[in-house]
Amino acid sequence: MTKKATVEELKTIGKSVLTDIKNVDIPKLVIPMRSTSNLVFDKNNSCYVLGNKTLIRSGGNIRHIKKLAQFLKVAAFCKDLVKGEKRHVTKRELYYISESWGPNLKFNEQPESDDIIEDIEASLSKPSEDIKIIPNPKGAIYGNITLRFKNPKGETMVINCLNTADGQQIGPRTAEAEFVKTDADKVIAIETGGMYNRLIEENAHEKFNAILINLGGQASRSTRRIIKRLNEELKLPVYLFVDSDPFGMHIAMVIKSGSAKSAHINKRLATPPAQWLGVTASDIIQYKLKTDKMRDLDIKRIKELQNDPRYKNNKRLQKELTIWLKLGKKAEQQALLKYGFKFVVEKYLPEKFRELKAPGFR
Amino acid sequence: MNEEKNAEYFAKQQKEISVSEFFEKNKHLLGFDNPTKALLMIVKEGVDNSLDACEEAGILPNIEVKLKNIKNNIFRVSVKDNGPGIVKNQIPKIFGKLLYGSKFHRLRQSRGQQGIGISAAVLYAQLTTGNPIKIWSRTSKKSKVHYFELFIDSTKNEPEVVKEESIEIKKFPAGHGTLIELDVSGRYRKSQGVKEYLKETAIANPFAKIVFHAPDGEKMVFSRSVDRLPKQPKEINPHPHGIELGILIRMLKNTKAKTVASFLKNEFSSVGTKSANEICKLAKIKKTLSPKNFTRTDVENLLRGMQQVNVQRPPLDCLSPIGSKELKKSLEKHYPDAETIVTLTREPSVYRGNPFQIEVGIVYGVGKKESQIKIMRFANRVPLLYQAGAGAVVEAVKNIGWKRYGLQQSGNNLPTGPMVLVVHMASSWVPFISESKEAISTYPDIIKEIKLAVQTCARDLKIFINKKQKAKREEKRLHIFENYFPLILESASQLAEEEPNDLKAPMELLLKKIGKKIGEENDKKSNS
Repeated sequence: MTKKATVEELKTIGKSVLTDIKNVDIPKLVIPMRSTSNLVFDKNNSCYVLGNKTLIRSGGNIRHIKKLAQFLKVAAFCKDLVKGEKRHVTKRELYYISESWGPNLKFNEQPESDDIIEDIEASLSKPSEDIKIIPNPKGAIYGNITLRFKNPKGETMVINCLNTADGQQIGPRTAEAEFVKTDADKVIAIETGGMYNRLIEENAHEKFNAILINLGGQASRSTRRIIKRLNEELKLPVYLFVDSDPFGMHIAMVIKSGSAKSAHINKRLATPPAQWLGVTASDIIQYKLKTDKMRDLDIKRIKELQNDPRYKNNKRLQKELTIWLKLGKKAEQQALLKYGFKFVVEKYLPEKFRELKAPGFR
Repeated sequence: MNEEKNAEYFAKQQKEISVSEFFEKNKHLLGFDNPTKALLMIVKEGVDNSLDACEEAGILPNIEVKLKNIKNNIFRVSVKDNGPGIVKNQIPKIFGKLLYGSKFHRLRQSRGQQGIGISAAVLYAQLTTGNPIKIWSRTSKKSKVHYFELFIDSTKNEPEVVKEESIEIKKFPAGHGTLIELDVSGRYRKSQGVKEYLKETAIANPFAKIVFHAPDGEKMVFSRSVDRLPKQPKEINPHPHGIELGILIRMLKNTKAKTVASFLKNEFSSVGTKSANEICKLAKIKKTLSPKNFTRTDVENLLRGMQQVNVQRPPLDCLSPIGSKELKKSLEKHYPDAETIVTLTREPSVYRGNPFQIEVGIVYGVGKKESQIKIMRFANRVPLLYQAGAGAVVEAVKNIGWKRYGLQQSGNNLPTGPMVLVVHMASSWVPFISESKEAISTYPDIIKEIKLAVQTCARDLKIFINKKQKAKREEKRLHIFENYFPLILESASQLAEEEPNDLKAPMELLLKKIGKKIGEENDKKSNS
């Protein structure tokens, strides 16, 4: 079981330090380096992963010793969380919990504790959720899918996501829930809460036989994790419905290929087969959408994306990036409402599904 | 008004201003400007005389100073030494005649240059309390103790002996010595004045033992840190470049020389036949002119010639510095808690024809870190306690960039730090900025020498401060490791689910190993 394996891996780290001390050797930890110089593009999975470079946290180095001690303290704290099963802790919470660890171990700013968590993730090659450190729950899932999970009391719960008001919030327990049953044949992941709500109210889930996921902007790890599992375990194709601007595109791309920041765990989070549905740059022209002028930052971002190895060979994306640059304009998902509430489910999405040869539209 | 009477009258008036009257009116000039300082001056005259007497006789001085408050503001001051004693018939003249034995014609490094003389102390006593000075003196075990009580007849400037006898009294264990006792009005302050003066005197005279009984019952013993007397300073003739008009006039008046050339040759240093002729040529005076026949103009011309002539510098072996080693020993004794002590005696130098020599001591690690450094000034081994902000020493110290030497300094102020700076000027003639003789004149040659001496010491201090900071850094670093290792052991044990207790001993060994490593790294850094 992974839980037991995680505990064992953590114990091994502790033991290596104790052995060093026993032998009167300076204790040290070897941790995969997370800096950009150690990012490698994994062509097979088309995402960034960490290379072979490592860094050493040595107990003999004045600049390392605090981080070494904090690493061990956080690791020990998380090991107990894993064994305890019940609790998850957010990064912010951990930062505040450290207040009780005394002046030498406590974190002065959250980036310090986040950094240690990422070191532990990298050492274990596991996302922090595995050691019970979770991001703030963000994102929701709605549609005809039945999930089984344990609630914080340890009781087994079974729910169908249709039997919720606004969808099931995706936290650490939902992300790892067992998929019991679903009739859906696709997943639509939506950038904004507004459009997600629109699709629920317009009955998109039934109409397209789809599971709807609210990303709420940049997707949280739990959300990315459940999208990956839906794709991998249930073989459901994933469609990414985002704003028509480079940032919307980037949100889509992080779900597809992972982020640089989580390179050490991208393999567990990225969903390479996921497809960018729109809103595309061409859609702006085709549907004469209301636009905003691109800012310098948007332009800069497009140029970066044009050179990003993850998107370099994707002709469709490259074409759309060029159109954006030419237009100098961007549009939000909500711009589609110019044609009424139903337009998006009756016209826009069906056309997109046909174009992308989605199940039910072939 | 009668014209004749007028001139005569005033001339007479001027003559009749008595010494005591002058003294009364000019107390401040002579250092008696306030009661605290007055008490100090009395002690100072007594102690300076005792030290000079012992030194000249080759005796290691034992000096005992007692202050007793006999009634409001009235103190009985007694100073006893183990010096050679004073011959009976000399006693009244030494104590009862102002300016007796004055040293106008001899140039010699001596304490006496700086006071107004013990007779002024006697006068001050009789002016403020009406009591005579009491003197006990013994020259050898074979003779009896001479006892005197005397006043100064201030109109005649002559001693007025009140009582005189030869007695058997066991006051001098060495068999010789002098004891004086004066009743004066004054004020005793614990923090300044007499006590500080005696302490500093002990520092600059490490061969002397000084015992002090304060009026509040406190007894202080400054024991000697050196058991050898300094070499005796030699008397030298004045140098032509260092002479002043008044002194030249007096010398001309008193000389036995028949011609100006022989006067110059005999009574000045560094002047031979050639130089004497050269001076006369420059002064446009016949070298055969008799000193007795000099007019005022002749004297002025002669002085100019003396200043212009190119002659050798005066002999420099006439000085008697404290000595770098001796000063260090002395400071170590007085500041046992000092972190480091650096001392230096410079080679002798010359200002305006006067040989002088600068000595410096730096005591680091005493006093408050945040306050300005303490400066101790000495002239011919005598502490200068007043006018602390004036004179060549302060001028020189302010003009040094102290930051370079590891001390704080804002602008051209005195630096800040836990430091005492000792500066001693030994000279056959110390120039003071005023008659009260409390600060050394700011001649560029003197400032330059002081600056060089202080800077040399400060360089050594800087090396020490660097070392200290390095050690502090090392300690700080080790402290961090000492803080974190137990935490690492604890967390790692918790993580591994093992008992930490067996590992405490290896952890201590590990910390020692790291401590050693830190030291080596630090050495490497400072070597590279």
